[in-house]
Amino acid sequence: MNTPANLRYTASHEWVRVEADGTLTVGVTDHAQEALGDVVFLELPEAGRVVTKEEAIAVIESVKAASDIYAPVAGEILEANQAAVDAPESVNADAYAAWLFKIKPANAADVDGLLDAAGYEAAIG
Amino acid sequence: MAQQTPLYASHIAAGARMVDFAGWDMPVNYGSQIEEHHAVRREAGMFDVSHMLALDLEGADAKAFLRGLIANDVAKLTEPGKALYSCMLNEQGGVIDDLIVYFLTDTRYRIVVNAGTADKDVAWMQQRLAATGTKATLAVRRDLAMIAVQGPNARAKTWAALPGAEAASANLKVFQAAEFGSIFIARTGYTGEDGFELTLPVDKAVATWNALVAAGVKPCGLGARDTLRLEAGMALYGNDMDDTVSPLDAGLAWTVDFKDESRDFVGKAALVANGTGKQTLGLILEDKGVLRSHQKVVTAQGEGETTSGTFSPTLEKSIALARLPLGVAAGDAVEVEIRGKRLKARVVKAPFARNGKALA
Repeated sequence: MNTPANLRYTASHEWVRVEADGTLTVGVTDHAQEALGDVVFLELPEAGRVVTKEEAIAVIESVKAASDIYAPVAGEILEANQAAVDAPESVNADAYAAWLFKIKPANAADVDGLLDAAGYEAAIG
Repeated sequence: MAQQTPLYASHIAAGARMVDFAGWDMPVNYGSQIEEHHAVRREAGMFDVSHMLALDLEGADAKAFLRGLIANDVAKLTEPGKALYSCMLNEQGGVIDDLIVYFLTDTRYRIVVNAGTADKDVAWMQQRLAATGTKATLAVRRDLAMIAVQGPNARAKTWAALPGAEAASANLKVFQAAEFGSIFIARTGYTGEDGFELTLPVDKAVATWNALVAAGVKPCGLGARDTLRLEAGMALYGNDMDDTVSPLDAGLAWTVDFKDESRDFVGKAALVANGTGKQTLGLILEDKGVLRSHQKVVTAQGEGETTSGTFSPTLEKSIALARLPLGVAAGDAVEVEIRGKRLKARVVKAPFARNGKALA
């Protein structure tokens, strides 16, 4: 399993990268893409949308099934990755390169509540 | 604890992702479902379908019994090995299961039923045998494994893998089977491609699977099996029909044989009384998204519902089968409700793809 140590995670299988300016880049984990199978469709939130923690804000659909993607923290959506929408299979190719959206946290300290790599691996057993 | 087929260890060794399917631990894919799908449309792939159940019906009354048991008419089977697809109905005209019957002789038939309904089917057949005083016995063949080899090159690769099989099966017509030693070779399938379904003793399953792998047949999981059958416009029991749905509403009227008016079969009276209330047609999503089962379809004639939906790897669009009001026709524009949004879809006649080609 590929769980980079420099990222933070949620139990709902999002990865979160804390950028230098305090914004967060979010995607789904390698474990998630493997479980989903071939990804064929992404519906991502629009920039400017204000979201709450654990709100279902995006949808990822594989050939098999549709799954929600949740906001890891409360905040404002800054950008969605149109390149991933145009090439959903990029999530399977490299789940950590195919980011889905960027979010500005309402409270920078909320990031501390996210899992680290060891915590995520333990959570998915 | 889920049941395992004789090929379970082979799937694990090949890196399959296993899922529970009708109480069986089955491979859903071995990596990429889409690649497996394309392998079957373009080359040759195989599926472990040993969770399905073969039944052997044997006895003087076998033919008469089947004529009363199922909605299609086995009397039309006269050539040895010829197969018939049919629904088995309850008294209300709902579908207990869909199955394939192979005619071996007038007193010997093989029946293949779905995994999820196998126990229910056997119980129903035994009850009917007793109730009708039929002189025939039903043997449950859990001693057999099944491998479906499908694709344009499936037959040639099967012959390469199984020396002697070609002579036994080269002349088979579509929907016909022959016995090759202990292997039952049927030119049938559930993908819309040519190929064989092999029914064989459990102790031959692994060696046969390995020989097919060596001949270049790609192992494929139930995920690809589902997208292939849906592209081919084939119904899936439990999705597209069940105990509460008439075959006439499920797009399976072609499998119900009313020709011989003197023939009665279970469910006939209900079908005649109720007629056709809905129709099953294909949908292609024109907007972006993926159709799934149980989504609401809005048409000019009223509401309908998708019964199966997926992303079609051949069309690279989302497709579905949908139960729609009568009067809706191929070419109509409809809307499908997905997560609160109404997306545009076009009504088409299934199949969407067969024999390597997109049709819709």
